[in-house]
Amino acid sequence: MGNSYRIALAGNPNTGKSTLFNALTGLRQHTGNWAGKTVSLAQGNVQYKGKTFNLIDLPGTYSLFSNSSDEEVARNYIVFEKPDVTVVVLDATSLERNFNLALQVLEMTKNVIICINLIDVAEKQGININERILTNRLGVPVIKISARNKKGFPMLLDTIERIVTGAIECQPVQMTYPDDIEEQIKKIEPKVFELVGNQLSARWVSLRLLDGDERLLNEINQRFGQKEVAE
Amino acid sequence: MSIQQLYMEAQQLSSAKLRDDIVQQLYERSHRLCSEGIKYTKSKRDTRTEKLDAIFTSPIFGFPIMLTMLGVLFYLTIAGANIPSSMLAEFFGSMEKYLTAFFNFLNTPEWVHGVLVLGLYRGTTWVISVMLPPMAIFFPTFALLENYGYLPRVAFNMDRLFKRVGAHGKQSLTMAMGFGCNAAAVISTRIIESPRERMLAILTNNFVPCNGRWGTLIVLASLFMAANFTGGLKSLVTTGVIVGIVMFGIIVTFFVSWVLSKTALKGIPTHYTLELPPYRKPKIFDTVVRSSLTKSWSVLMRAVKVAAPAAILTWVFANIFIGDTSILMYAVEFLDPFGKLLGLDGYIMMAFILGLPANEIVLPILLMGYLSTGSLTEVDSLVDLKQIFLDHGWTWLTALNMMLFSLLHYPCGTTLLNIYKETKSKKWTFLAFLIPTVIAILVPLSITQTVRFFGWM
Repeated sequence: MGNSYRIALAGNPNTGKSTLFNALTGLRQHTGNWAGKTVSLAQGNVQYKGKTFNLIDLPGTYSLFSNSSDEEVARNYIVFEKPDVTVVVLDATSLERNFNLALQVLEMTKNVIICINLIDVAEKQGININERILTNRLGVPVIKISARNKKGFPMLLDTIERIVTGAIECQPVQMTYPDDIEEQIKKIEPKVFELVGNQLSARWVSLRLLDGDERLLNEINQRFGQKEVAE
Repeated sequence: MSIQQLYMEAQQLSSAKLRDDIVQQLYERSHRLCSEGIKYTKSKRDTRTEKLDAIFTSPIFGFPIMLTMLGVLFYLTIAGANIPSSMLAEFFGSMEKYLTAFFNFLNTPEWVHGVLVLGLYRGTTWVISVMLPPMAIFFPTFALLENYGYLPRVAFNMDRLFKRVGAHGKQSLTMAMGFGCNAAAVISTRIIESPRERMLAILTNNFVPCNGRWGTLIVLASLFMAANFTGGLKSLVTTGVIVGIVMFGIIVTFFVSWVLSKTALKGIPTHYTLELPPYRKPKIFDTVVRSSLTKSWSVLMRAVKVAAPAAILTWVFANIFIGDTSILMYAVEFLDPFGKLLGLDGYIMMAFILGLPANEIVLPILLMGYLSTGSLTEVDSLVDLKQIFLDHGWTWLTALNMMLFSLLHYPCGTTLLNIYKETKSKKWTFLAFLIPTVIAILVPLSITQTVRFFGWM
């Protein structure tokens, strides 16, 4: 299956993630304007330039700290199932809040596209978004679309294609934390790396361990087994 | 070094305010990104959403508007479905005569005609004529309300009530999902963070009638509850009864949540922030076509798929005799005393038991049970339908009890399976079966005994 790629859609509730999913895949998944209505991972295909993009609609969540099972499902998919590209859908009219999730995704995985939806509504409200500056600051492509009016789809599909073929390389910006946290990360990151290797971002796992994320701990245990690494 | 050891080590390094620091850092970064990459040219903000919310979530108008919306939704469904329903029933009824004539012409054995026409054909066409028109109206209308953004406002209005009974405000969202399908709603409880409150939402979800039960509720309400009224008034009374039934389900939800949060699931409800998304005009045509075609169609197909084999099975059981009693009658007679106690009968109990896989088929199975007992009535219209019930001793009390039993009884097989998958606990799955069943028995039992005691019936 050298020509098939998995593309995950992440985003806050009510950002039009499912609308985008439906519009791209032609699937008729029901879309509603409220939290919690994407109940399972819907999948659908898009053909583009001889390639098959298998789109996965993750549940809409505000963060990926795995507070609820919904967040856990989305988080686990991005981290452990390793989609070829993760598209984070943001609401152009409330970007400041929406960027939180995008920044969290950038910590977890490399190939990310920031997809700013509802751009038509934002323009009406006088919100001008400079995607070049944002691309520059974030180190990954930022694309403006309107899923309802099917605007910006060629650009989005083209960018996905260029990432999977390696024509674009993502250099996601890393969050830096206050010095005390950075020091703590430095202390355990090498040990985490010994354990998870290149399978997961050691920096991110370290941060989660410091935060006391037991659900992640259990998940790693399950997936990697009780592998003991010699000290 | 194992991951557990690393975790312990990390915990020793970490401080209590680490999560706050992380989140604050995320917010600062987001803020900086926005101030660099976004310019605001208009100072005027769109205040439409705020203005609408002032009405829809107002402490005074919020609840009356909610009830009215619910009422209008059901009224449209009931009044609008009447005529197409009886037209379909008439059409299928007249087709049956030709089918029978055709089978006579072919000189097929009596049992072939029995299985195919009296069992299969009647069962499935009945499902179609009774269920298709209400669904074709209900789903699109509900979907429009949903897509416009009204449902989160319902959650907002209900939040305080849920808090008061010790449950989570988001439970009203999963309840709204339950109006469509309880099985899907059980999965949607994933949005609730606290396991305790999530369990409450799972255990009480089936007190919201799903689309498999709308058919039963609407038909029984319009046949028996508004019998003395005609025209528009009839639909209005039927609507009143349905709204009442739904409200009763919600009250039971609150009651059960309250009892559980004081006993098996003790705890204080957690706080949460509910985002009220802006009202967005849905693509009306898309929504209507999508929900009426795909949703109505898929529910109908599911009903037909399960009803068809059930129809054949019921007919076969009704026609295989041991001694001079059919297998069906053995089961019915066995269940009858218990059913009578609840103001129901053996046929109804059997229909609910056989209807475990899907609520859609309870009423068709019941009808097939009634029809299979020899007196072959021709069902040409909904009036004939009522006659069949009346011939088997139905009164308004029977209809009311059956509606209540349908509202309150155990979740369907698919829902139970999902509950098991989500809770991974046999104990809680069993409780999800037991609690509604006990309530579904107690409520009709006490109503029936009260009515009989006072001699109203």
